[in-house]
Amino acid sequence: MIILGIESSCDETGVGIAELDADGSVRLLADQVASSVGQHARFGGVVPEIASRAHLEAMRPTMDRALAESRLALSDVDAFAVTRGPGLAGALMVGVGAAKAYALALGKPCYGVNHLAGHVAADTLQHGPLPSPCLALLVSGGHTQLLLVEDLAGKITELGSTIDDAAGEAYDKVARLLELPYPGGPPIDKLAAEGNPEAIAFPRGMTGPRDARHDFSFSGLKTAVARWVERAEVAGETVPAADVAASFQEAVADVLTMKAVRAAREYGIGTLLISGGVAANSRISGLAAQRCAGAGIELRVPRPRLCTDNGAMIAALGAALVHAGVAPTAMDFGADPAMPVELISL
Amino acid sequence: MHVLAIDTSTPVVTAGIVELTTDAVRVTAASTASRTRAHAELLAPEVQNLLRRAPAGIAAIVCGIGPGAFTGLRVGMVTAAALGHALDVPVYPVCTLDAIAALAGPGPFLAATDARRKELYWAVYGVDGARVAGPDVGAPDAVRAVAAEHGITRILGDGVLDGEVLACDPLGLVRAAESAVRANTEPAALTPLYLRRPDAKEPAGRKRVSR
Repeated sequence: MIILGIESSCDETGVGIAELDADGSVRLLADQVASSVGQHARFGGVVPEIASRAHLEAMRPTMDRALAESRLALSDVDAFAVTRGPGLAGALMVGVGAAKAYALALGKPCYGVNHLAGHVAADTLQHGPLPSPCLALLVSGGHTQLLLVEDLAGKITELGSTIDDAAGEAYDKVARLLELPYPGGPPIDKLAAEGNPEAIAFPRGMTGPRDARHDFSFSGLKTAVARWVERAEVAGETVPAADVAASFQEAVADVLTMKAVRAAREYGIGTLLISGGVAANSRISGLAAQRCAGAGIELRVPRPRLCTDNGAMIAALGAALVHAGVAPTAMDFGADPAMPVELISL
Repeated sequence: MHVLAIDTSTPVVTAGIVELTTDAVRVTAASTASRTRAHAELLAPEVQNLLRRAPAGIAAIVCGIGPGAFTGLRVGMVTAAALGHALDVPVYPVCTLDAIAALAGPGPFLAATDARRKELYWAVYGVDGARVAGPDVGAPDAVRAVAAEHGITRILGDGVLDGEVLACDPLGLVRAAESAVRANTEPAALTPLYLRRPDAKEPAGRKRVSR
């Protein structure tokens, strides 16, 4: 069966096509993404209206490129899946509108699915079916969550999430402080390679004995970095940007991986999956590998292309739902900007 | 020939099947959705019902491209574009004010609708009903001045400027695109008439966090 996935929750318009075999294995046939990231750069963050306009423009060309890559025709598609949430309302509505129209015109089922579950599903395209249970750490510009995945098509539970900024958001804010480009993840990662991660002891948020065990906080860290830089400026010192970047990155990686590995141990889970745009960060994946090896936990990190937002992960989730025999979504569904992760599809 | 007409630039879901015969244009089925501002939810099931009322299929789609509320507008446009792709039929764009004007009889007149933020979307139509100015967006006083400048006293639209109330409907949409649909010409690009830039400010300098 051929499943076409559409993603438009933030600034990437993604169309992915996957083939589901009778045994449940899923093969990626096409993965096309159009990004409006360049249009948001000067604003230091995603501007919802700009993203929504870009989705409308990019939807057809991205669809055409995905179909060409897969060498399939629209009529070959057996089911559609689309991100229904969480994400930016206006952006989501473009993908939802397109998917529903394609499905109804072709008389095929349509699944309105959860973006976060999609990030988990992305890994099945590279490493095959997920063991059950499995722990997933989702880290991106919009999300930071620790998920207990018992069944990709049926049961995902949130163990914890950020109480303020997402990890990727902290990267963007610190990058601005250091006068690095947006998005902040890649330039900080690069600069950090030249710095000393132990130069500055930045705080590890939400790690006190009375803090929620599986929740995260990055707002205080961002402020601590700003204070440190301001103090250095006031004192007339040259800000050691590489050390600041490395020490900041170390604080983020330390908390994320410590909490993920601790949760895996506590729940007796043997597999940790890290996905989302920030999973591509070298220190986060590196430290996770080190700590997982020490704890005897298998680490799965999909390739960067599958970590960032894309339609392939939505197709993969759609395939899992089809294989599990989950009923498709009725045609009157809309976007759900705050869709809870427990709701995998509607 | 049957044509599917869609417009979501206003708070209501406007959709219908319109039949074009040699000498007439008539609506054979129209959307009955009563919930407003629920385009993302309701448009697809409405279209599904309407397509069942055109068992021989549709030859074209006519789609309102605004001006109107951006988020709703995009739902109709992406739906029309995807339907056109999947059904392999042309999608003709129509300025939503032109669809209203197509229902108004002989001109001259000015069509205007609420653009929120104390502004109006407007366009001016000549004696033959063809658009001669606009579409554009502006403050009510500026729009009144435009009407005066064109010597126009008849104002119509959604009731702004104390004008006649005349709403965009499937008939108006198809009439506004009728010649192109009948001639089966290559449709113009399906580009929304936003008429406003996105609300976005470039960040000012860094805010200090320490006192």
